[in-house]
Amino acid sequence: MSALEIDNVCKDFGTTRVLEEVSLAIDSGEFLILVGPSGCGKSTLMNAIAGLEPVTSGRILVGGEDITWRTPAERDIAMVFQSYALYPSMSVRGNIAFGLEMRKVPKAEREAAVERVADLLQISHLLERKPAQLSGGQRQRVAMGRALAREPQIYLFDEPLSNLDAKLRVEMRTEIKKLHQRLGTTIVYVTHDQIEAMTLADSIAVMREGRILQLGTPDEVYNNPVDKYVAGFMGSPSMNFIDATLQGQAGDYRLHVITDGEEELVLPWPAERETPALAEHVGGTLTLGVRPEHFAEEDARLGDRAEGTLLSARVSVVEPTGADILLQLPLGDGEVTARVGPDCRVRPGERLDLRVDMRRGVLFAADSDTRLA
Amino acid sequence: MDSVIRSRTPMARVWRLLLHATLLLAALWYLLPLAVMVLTSIKPLEEIGAGSLLALPENPTLAPWLKAWGSACTGMRCEGMSGYFWNSFAIVIPAVVIATLIGALNGYALTKWRFKGAELLFGMMLFGCFIPFQVILLPMAQTLGWLGLSSSRAGLIFVHVVFGIAFTTLFFRNFYVSIPDELVSAAKLDGAGFFRIFWRILLPVSKPIIVVSVIWQFTQIWNDFLFGVAFSGYGAQPVTVALNNLVNTSTGVKEYNVDMAAAMIAALPTLVVYVLAGKYFVRGLTAGSVKG
Amino acid sequence: MKPVSTPGDATHTRPSMAGHLQAWLPKLVLAPSVVITLCFIYGFMLWTFVLSLTSSRMLPSYDFIGFAQYARLMNNERWWVAATNLGVFGGLFVGLCLVLGAGLAILLDQRIRRENVLRTLYLYPMALSFIVTGVVWKWLLNPGLGIQAMVRGWGFESFDFDWLVDPDMAVYTLVIAAVWQASGFVMALFLAGLRSIDDSILKAAQLDGASLPRVYWRVVMPCLRPVVFSAVMILSHIAIKSFDLVVALTGGGPGYSSDLPATFMYAHAFSRSQVGLGSASAILMLGGVLAILVPYLYSELRSRRHG
Repeated sequence: MSALEIDNVCKDFGTTRVLEEVSLAIDSGEFLILVGPSGCGKSTLMNAIAGLEPVTSGRILVGGEDITWRTPAERDIAMVFQSYALYPSMSVRGNIAFGLEMRKVPKAEREAAVERVADLLQISHLLERKPAQLSGGQRQRVAMGRALAREPQIYLFDEPLSNLDAKLRVEMRTEIKKLHQRLGTTIVYVTHDQIEAMTLADSIAVMREGRILQLGTPDEVYNNPVDKYVAGFMGSPSMNFIDATLQGQAGDYRLHVITDGEEELVLPWPAERETPALAEHVGGTLTLGVRPEHFAEEDARLGDRAEGTLLSARVSVVEPTGADILLQLPLGDGEVTARVGPDCRVRPGERLDLRVDMRRGVLFAADSDTRLA
Repeated sequence: MDSVIRSRTPMARVWRLLLHATLLLAALWYLLPLAVMVLTSIKPLEEIGAGSLLALPENPTLAPWLKAWGSACTGMRCEGMSGYFWNSFAIVIPAVVIATLIGALNGYALTKWRFKGAELLFGMMLFGCFIPFQVILLPMAQTLGWLGLSSSRAGLIFVHVVFGIAFTTLFFRNFYVSIPDELVSAAKLDGAGFFRIFWRILLPVSKPIIVVSVIWQFTQIWNDFLFGVAFSGYGAQPVTVALNNLVNTSTGVKEYNVDMAAAMIAALPTLVVYVLAGKYFVRGLTAGSVKG
Repeated sequence: MKPVSTPGDATHTRPSMAGHLQAWLPKLVLAPSVVITLCFIYGFMLWTFVLSLTSSRMLPSYDFIGFAQYARLMNNERWWVAATNLGVFGGLFVGLCLVLGAGLAILLDQRIRRENVLRTLYLYPMALSFIVTGVVWKWLLNPGLGIQAMVRGWGFESFDFDWLVDPDMAVYTLVIAAVWQASGFVMALFLAGLRSIDDSILKAAQLDGASLPRVYWRVVMPCLRPVVFSAVMILSHIAIKSFDLVVALTGGGPGYSSDLPATFMYAHAFSRSQVGLGSASAILMLGGVLAILVPYLYSELRSRRHG
């Protein structure tokens, strides 16, 4: 039995459909992340689970029970808001205990719960303060404490880290991960930050225009995207897309990268990555997707043992990030980004030999953006 | 215009002087009536005929104040302003409390529990702030009669509440719009209902707007004359009506000092409120700056 | 320590009782206000309109005579005096308040040390009742004992300031008292507007070499257009409703020379047993207010929706 099941949920605002037959199920203790651009429906779906927005059709089940028409108060769900939404007139203690008080939990138990949660989140020294006297990071902890105190069946996190500065965000991300591992809670978490999604999730649902495009583990979504949109959305810098013509036949497919005509680049497609769908596209245009880290600087010492296809290009921009170097190079009719090691000494304008790992590449139909191989 | 370097030429100094002189002159023009009112109210009657408006009293006396308070004639009766002064309080306080409470609930329901047509309802109520009250006087007089409320304090309270809620709703709605909806969502998830959220979450943060609403309603109702004169019999008249009667009652010599003392008595409560809470008063005026 | 979850059957698919109640509560809470507004504002407006179509005199009667009361009103000299007075009074009142209010606000905005005190002094008349204002100014304008007597006492024997008893000038005394009361409020509106202007705009204009008057005229004033607009709305609204000030200051006199529509309506409906005629005049006042109000409300609601 799933901890949370969304069954064919649709939601209309007036005549616009913001959720289109959304279905998913997660197990108890699972960490689900909803990602997508703003307006993709992820927050609406979150509000529907919380009961803050009635759905137009479909069902929502928690622990097997249909809760579609219950009020938020009748659902056993807690939520951490992007703005934290701490009650300004109450102390931290009052904020954390409020949900228990509303559910008529005896005072002694409430106190115990506050102490336990404050301990867990290291906010015991803040209990008597008002939210206005807290820093952003402290407010964030209190907001989580308020949710944790109730021990609900499902936790909802609505972009909880987006109001924090970069350093604190990374710290809190780790902390949320630790908490989840320790408490084994069931969490639905909305973010538009795909690093957050990759690091935290057991499974990721990539949403766009009210639909779930792909639901899978971070590894599946990153390495095996269902279409060009998902492939481009996950990863930073994002995946390079190169238009190419497919030539050859099964066992010997080659991608001819369309260039301005000066020199033609031919990339053999590895036999183990062939799919039957490719046969229909021989002679047609496809889009090849290659992530920046699947390029590597040619290493002469490896000699014949070097893997991947060799290519050479004139580097236009060099962007060192510290841990590695991002290179911009013209390839085909556009530019691609390559991530190489920090020891690469190339300068703008120089030519560089690179190897591209075609076994990690993906192919999309140029017209429909669907995955072919 | 802070932090701009001021020119220090002699010409600039002259301008600066002129500026201060103009502002001071304006202050005098606003102060003059109040000064005259106070000075006249503590002069004996003989000095008024003899001396100038602004002459300081030679024999200051509180007799006009005492007479205005306790024994001056307002129409047929000669019991001074005191009874009407308390009348005004008896009308103003319940009317302010009720209108503010209803306005707060309305503003809360309109902003935090939005439903189809809420904006339309609000627009409809807002309209009540603007109509010339002459257009409802006759039907209201008749309706109060049917309800058995004519010429009573209860009737006046009722009328002031009816026409006050448009304003209080406007104040609270505009205030609650600025309070994040997520606060209410969080409370809903925490298990609180409509009234509990209002009482525990919204009301504790509403102090500033409650003050604005109370001050605004207080001055409006205290200063009202039209409803007071149209709907109140002898027993229920507010202080403004009594003042007008007192000034227009001619029995022998016209006692201007008593008139001025009575005007001061009628003006004092709102002046005190203004001095104590001027900041909120201005906010109320600019926020609900629509009622005459 | 398991939180208490609401029991309730697992299979229901429609909103629960509590859900129903929650959906209805906001409407229930608003209902009394809506009913009151419908009855006591819209209903009464309609009722007054109906009365204006009848021959009602002392008591309302429902003997319809069409628009005859409006025709009578058009032929009533006193009504025309009142309507003309409103034009004169309203125009001067609004104009003077704007000039005085904007002027004082700009002067006060020049980093004046005692700004708070001055602002309080300019604004306090707004806290008074129009009745008090009327009583005070009646005293000040009293020819025998007021300003005229004072100035003559200073030696200017030929000084005349007897507008209060001059039928041609009485309406201007209303303007003086009303401007005294309301101009400070307009000053407060303008000052708030001035303070809300982004400081860097002014700095940029000064760096561009504009002189101070030029900065105000070319940069600041255009920003204050909305303030002027709402000030005009509010002031004209006060003017149309002016009743207490007339009653206390001139009593509409001498004769009916300083009547305004508001006093005209009250006199006919309550003292002179002309309920039908009074109602007709009230409806015309409403028409006047609507002509000012509709554009205002429209812009207000539209900007809300965008904001």
